[in-house]
Amino acid sequence: MDFFISLFSDPVGFYASHTLLIGQIGINGIVATSMFLVLYSGQLSLAAPGFMAIGAYVSVLMGLHWHTPGALNMLVAALLAGVVGFLVGLPVLRLRGVFLAIATIGFIEALRLGVILNLPITGEGLGLSNPKADPLGGVNFILPSFIVIVFVIWRLTKGRLGNAWAAIRQDELAALSQGIHVARYKMIAFVISALMAGYAGALEAHLTFNVDPGEGNFGVTRAVQILTFAVLGGSGFVLGPVVGALIITLLPYIFDAAGPYINIVSGIFLIAVIIFRPQGIVGRGGLAIIRPSWWPRRARVSAPTPG
Amino acid sequence: MDQQIVNAIFIGSIYALFAVGYTLVFGVLDILNLAHSAVFMLGAAVTYTLVVSYGQSFWVACVGGILVSALMGLVIEHVCLRPLRRRQAPPISALISTIGLALVILAAVEQGKAGSFFAWLWKDGANAVAFPPSTIPNPTWHVGDLTLEASKVAIIPIAIALMLLLGYVIRYTQVGRGLRAVAENPRAARLMGVDVDRIISLTLVISSALGGLAGILFGVALGGISPYMGRDQVEVRGLAIIVLGGMGSVAGAVVGGYLLALIELLALISLGSSARGGVAFAALFLVLILRPQGLFGTRLRERI
Repeated sequence: MDFFISLFSDPVGFYASHTLLIGQIGINGIVATSMFLVLYSGQLSLAAPGFMAIGAYVSVLMGLHWHTPGALNMLVAALLAGVVGFLVGLPVLRLRGVFLAIATIGFIEALRLGVILNLPITGEGLGLSNPKADPLGGVNFILPSFIVIVFVIWRLTKGRLGNAWAAIRQDELAALSQGIHVARYKMIAFVISALMAGYAGALEAHLTFNVDPGEGNFGVTRAVQILTFAVLGGSGFVLGPVVGALIITLLPYIFDAAGPYINIVSGIFLIAVIIFRPQGIVGRGGLAIIRPSWWPRRARVSAPTPG
Repeated sequence: MDQQIVNAIFIGSIYALFAVGYTLVFGVLDILNLAHSAVFMLGAAVTYTLVVSYGQSFWVACVGGILVSALMGLVIEHVCLRPLRRRQAPPISALISTIGLALVILAAVEQGKAGSFFAWLWKDGANAVAFPPSTIPNPTWHVGDLTLEASKVAIIPIAIALMLLLGYVIRYTQVGRGLRAVAENPRAARLMGVDVDRIISLTLVISSALGGLAGILFGVALGGISPYMGRDQVEVRGLAIIVLGGMGSVAGAVVGGYLLALIELLALISLGSSARGGVAFAALFLVLILRPQGLFGTRLRERI
């Protein structure tokens, strides 16, 4: 609870003492926005951690071997992630729904287990040490990027591009028959999302002195966590996933009192939120009222609910 | 080499048992039950605790482990799935609620250590343990240069018998007809007088019992019982298997299980242990791109 009290009583001190946490929230916010974009265009892609890995390794390796400035590294890393996103998207985007999700899981795990853990240049399983990391200064870079990215994506969803994505999400066949180039617009969303994820990965790599290729960083666990940001927050509006990322990143502080049982409380919280607000925290409609089947039902004349 | 092939068949049987439960739920509900790997772990953990902490015989503990897993199937249905179904929420929200339950189960076992609130459930915290050798009846035979342990050999007939039984139930019994009807079209099934909620509960009970049993067999044959065994060993492999076999196809999941074990073995032999995981996923990726309906599937579903 001290955490939230200090947030209001002493914002400056709070910023100084929780800089890393704020940076992490910014990074998770960018990744959540990247997830939002693919979901908004009707694609259940879990590829973000793969692009983050590309962004992280490329930017750190460039800095180590070519001694190029950090900003350039991140830019190149993000662009490269976008290029890889395009190449991966070519075959993968023909798949839909859960098939796309599993194919992208195949991509990230093949990349992590097959490539990163086997290339000597990436430091293999030990991780890549990054002496140029700047954990505290990084946040000055992260927060502005985060705000700009969220704003740009919000504008994109309001324009022609966004309308096309929304149409594809609601009914791909109908969108196609309206003359929307479905494959092209899906690819645009996928590549932009890859760019953002790659950028977030590069930013994250510059917060730590060791880029760890563990499952929680670039594997399925991370992918599921990112999906949770988006679904919990609500994927209909760009701020939904950001709110989801904020809440999930802060869960250990919100449920501080749970101590070692934090994950149990978090899990129950997750179930409760999704049951009472299946559309996400940010979204239309109020709380869903769940009535157990044995609860006495008021006599009412209405059509029986299907499903 | 021969020994490795035999081992691949053991592992393949466990994969198949696990994946059958996964694919059954997907076939009926079109939902990926991500708590399935947690149930796999829970089955093994409960059995281990019954043997080691409560001094039960292995067989009693097995029954206990399977019962707890089956019960967990009911929990998944009543806590994670049914409320969302009532609300006609999109299937993706069921993905999140089952993830939440998996998190709870994993965290409860992980926190089980002496003096903790969950000490009754598990006593080794985050460590990986194996059944003490004296608690499992485990005669060993030597055929040629092969070593065959009963604990491993027994997996194959158990897995095959169970999968045949499941196939029989699905194909020829009243319950199985109901199950297929719900998989085809829940609303039409309801109109035909099928109790859809009961069929779904039953599906989850069967699926979770198979998942728990797979966990027990894994623990018996390979050891390595830990809170993370489900997440690390079978969660993503299970996905790969049901894709290889065609989503929702029980027979496909069986073949996919053995196939994945074989692919991993080939990768292990030709590329070494470090590339094993990557190759399996690369194969998964390729199958999805070249033949998205799976190697044995015939139709594509487009929901979720």
